[in-house]
Amino acid sequence: MPAFPKKLLWVLLALAFLVPLLHPLFPDVVSDYRLFLVSTMIIAAIAVLGLNLLTGFNGQISLGHGAFYAVGAYTAAVLMDHLNMPYWATLPCAAVVCFIVGYLFGLPALRLEGHYLALATFALALAVPQILKYKWLEGVTGGVQGIVLNKPEVPFGLPLSEDQWLYYYCLIVMVVLYWAAANMLNSRSGRAMMAIRDQYMAADTMGIDTALYKTVTFGISAAYTGIAGALSASAIAFVSPDSFTIFLSIKFLIGLVVGGVGSLAGSVVGGIFYVLVDNSAQALSLFVKNDLGLQFDLSAYTVFGILLIVLMYLMPMGIVGGVYLLMRRLRGLRG
Amino acid sequence: MEQFLQQIASGLANGAIYACVALALVMIYVSTDHINFAQGEMAMFSTYISWQLMTWGLSFWVAFILAVVFSFVLGVIIERAILRPLHNAPVLSIVVVFIGLLAICNSMAGAIWSYLIKEFPSPFPKSSFGIAGVIGPHQLGVVMVTLIVLGLLFIFFRYTPLGLAMRAAAQNPQMARLVGVRVDWMLALGWGLAAAVGAVAGIMVAHIVYLDPNMMGGILLYAFASALVGGIGNPGGAVVGGFIVGVLENMVAYAGNQIEKATGIYIIGNGEKLTVALIIVITVLTVKPAGLFGRVVVKRV
Amino acid sequence: MKTNRRTFVAGVSAAAVLSGSRVAYAQKKYDDGASDTEIKIGHTNPYSGPASAYGVIGKTIEAYWKSVNEAGGINGRKVKFITLDDGYNPAKTVECIRQLVEQDKVLCTFNTLGTPTNTAIHKYMNQKKVPMLYVATGASKWGKPKEFPWTMGYQPDYHTEAVIYAKHILANVKDAKIAVLMQNDDYGKDYYEGFKEGLGKDIGRIAKHVSYETTDPTVDSQVIQLKDSGANVFFNIAIPKFAAQAMRKAGDLGWKPVQYLNNVSSSVASTMKPAGFENVQGVITAQYLMDPTDKQWDDNADMKMWRAWMAKSNPGASLSDASNVFAHSVAALMHETLKKCGDNLTRENLMRQAANFQKFRLPLLLPGITVSTSPTDYYPIQAVQLSRFKGESWDLFGDVMHAESS
Repeated sequence: MPAFPKKLLWVLLALAFLVPLLHPLFPDVVSDYRLFLVSTMIIAAIAVLGLNLLTGFNGQISLGHGAFYAVGAYTAAVLMDHLNMPYWATLPCAAVVCFIVGYLFGLPALRLEGHYLALATFALALAVPQILKYKWLEGVTGGVQGIVLNKPEVPFGLPLSEDQWLYYYCLIVMVVLYWAAANMLNSRSGRAMMAIRDQYMAADTMGIDTALYKTVTFGISAAYTGIAGALSASAIAFVSPDSFTIFLSIKFLIGLVVGGVGSLAGSVVGGIFYVLVDNSAQALSLFVKNDLGLQFDLSAYTVFGILLIVLMYLMPMGIVGGVYLLMRRLRGLRG
Repeated sequence: MEQFLQQIASGLANGAIYACVALALVMIYVSTDHINFAQGEMAMFSTYISWQLMTWGLSFWVAFILAVVFSFVLGVIIERAILRPLHNAPVLSIVVVFIGLLAICNSMAGAIWSYLIKEFPSPFPKSSFGIAGVIGPHQLGVVMVTLIVLGLLFIFFRYTPLGLAMRAAAQNPQMARLVGVRVDWMLALGWGLAAAVGAVAGIMVAHIVYLDPNMMGGILLYAFASALVGGIGNPGGAVVGGFIVGVLENMVAYAGNQIEKATGIYIIGNGEKLTVALIIVITVLTVKPAGLFGRVVVKRV
Repeated sequence: MKTNRRTFVAGVSAAAVLSGSRVAYAQKKYDDGASDTEIKIGHTNPYSGPASAYGVIGKTIEAYWKSVNEAGGINGRKVKFITLDDGYNPAKTVECIRQLVEQDKVLCTFNTLGTPTNTAIHKYMNQKKVPMLYVATGASKWGKPKEFPWTMGYQPDYHTEAVIYAKHILANVKDAKIAVLMQNDDYGKDYYEGFKEGLGKDIGRIAKHVSYETTDPTVDSQVIQLKDSGANVFFNIAIPKFAAQAMRKAGDLGWKPVQYLNNVSSSVASTMKPAGFENVQGVITAQYLMDPTDKQWDDNADMKMWRAWMAKSNPGASLSDASNVFAHSVAALMHETLKKCGDNLTRENLMRQAANFQKFRLPLLLPGITVSTSPTDYYPIQAVQLSRFKGESWDLFGDVMHAESS
């Protein structure tokens, strides 16, 4: 998939940084709540980015990235709650822990392919909430009760609200991670990763240490998603096993596919999309019921399902893939 | 000892349920190469159809047959209408479509029949068979039905021209097309069969877990594990896998109990049985990556 | 010193919130979400996902407000009820609640459902000082006016209910050996903790304690383990589907202990009938609401009112679902609370009125059970009555029991 135009990226980034400053001008539009919502989009985008590194660029399918998100969130929560660690310091810790967990899981995953790998990761995501409730871990994880946390405080006496600060915090983390991922993919290692995806045997014959690359990619991917989890623990200020059901992993997968598999920008689009649709499906179902006058009770969940299918119809390669195709066609018409 | 036997029997009964759903998963996999995440919800929907027919006064077996036929048709329609146009889309996009289907089936069932749990009758009279105190008539009936379905599928694929054509279409579409097999219709047929097997599973399960729109959630997960253990392309393997997973999870809890009784230390129990069962499944897979009964396909470069 | 001052300030502000100052009743006073024409109330509920069975509660409450509005509203104001789907996911609940409080600017939230979901917003609501009234969970942590002056529960809490069962077992079953089946989450834990507390020094009577996950297809294996322990009492802490499975399995195995069933699953239609009436004779539970499928209430005025209301304002909803009774009763309490506020629709006054019920007779509660609250008592309903299953319905026995006297 093509890279995102660089100029546009800078413009978007500058806009993203400026938006909260508009708060005094449009207090209702740039409200704390909206910024919080965007922060959750950013967090979802980072998680999807992690999944994309593994699935989109290395060809290993995972249906269980919610597990790493949960490990990241719990690592952050436990460190903040039990050791009073500042929230920003928990990010690298969550990254390291998740890298190790991901790397270790990547070892048996080496032997599995395609659907088997997908289902094995699915199993991992199922197991995590149960492990969090395990009797001997209860003291640390809070068991079924979970852990209640504090929201990040604004540092250095900056004149920001908690949510504005959270927004900047998430945005900075995402920019750094995005930049790191883009550089990595552009490097020798990145090309090796993709070679393994496209031509496994050729890559192997060329002397690429496929086993090492695959496991390390698993680790990095898990670390990305784990960082997103740690951020979410700060943003939501609460973790409990109920937040990390199998639906979370499915949500990341949807974000990945809808955004664009194998496209970094697609991950961001996917993260945004998921939160948007999740929030608008109910409004849409109300609209159908009240304004279109349909008597049947069309629930938000139905609308959500229909949206997914229609989207896959229109853009089987995801939004970024679809837009790219459209642009190429338009250009073709002109030429 | 009595408990041990009861746990084995209850594990086998649960295993039969997993096996039935796993069979449906395998059916779609062998004919279209996809894993259908909406399989459980489709089966649940079929079960509601049979329930509805029964409340309209039809007898169990008539409702059963009609629901299975209905599911078959529905499966064919879903393949033709929803999946056919997407046959060139990437695998993951198809998975997302399945998730969409799952959401639709689940919420539609809830909207039509409400989320209140409903009793579902058993076709096996109470005192007909079974071993008192170990395995009930319905449980034994489910085991038998599963084996019968497996047998029928075996005969169908082995000895009927249509079954052979379906296998050919799945294994080598180009060649099959050359000898005159209508490959695209074979795929639709595979979907129909899978939906029908799923309906059988749903109707058998509903008496045990009660009928509600979320009844297949947990079961589908176990069915995945079963299909994995047995080899996802092998119907017989899926059935054996189902029984293995069913017995295994009970044995994990049983063993945990015995350890706790003997040493007084809690190590594993009911809370961890799914986790432990999954760990065992993954361990098996790392040793035999294509499942216990799966064939390793040698790839050509 | 610092902490001392902080607690002092918190104490004073709580007192200020709760002391019944009599200022300006005649004057109209409003906070966010209230005006001359409208009162905005927020709500979250799982309409999708595995807990969607609870979705009916939200729909019935919605129908309730609609019928109130059609009858002219509350003191001339229409209720605008905004209900959002959180899918029983705490992270999503936080999102929804922030939308309700900051974007939609509701006066209060009401009957938000679920223990983990409410835990996630507990602190936020109290920091924002937005009333979080009559939450739909029986956990015992919602009645702490000192630390959380803006949160109030509704139903009798699980903890208290379990204490009552424990006491009843000790008083009535000779040589009790108790088996406990528990859902492995905070709802199950709350019951189990209360039960252990109720047993006190007799805690050793618990012969076996097993748990299940909601992803488990059946609890057969658990019931076999319980039976094997040789217990003669069975305490069933499970939601309807699994409670019914457990009682039926016990019957199939020929295990006949004295059975205690948590109130959560006391519905005749969704638990007792699916379990098979022959398997549930003599099961004991504690109730505070009338069961709509229980024939003994057929001639009761409240039940007649409810059925008429259901037929008129909530057509299509199930007349056998106890959730619809629950929803109606809790909405009626909210209705009464808002009515009492008069024209003073500030958040402060709302909490003050909510904490000021004396033996209020709420429709559909069992005869003899009333709502009482005070600035130090944030548990509206604290009484239950034991009942035993007989034939095809519940048979109330003994006196109405209050938590304090249990």
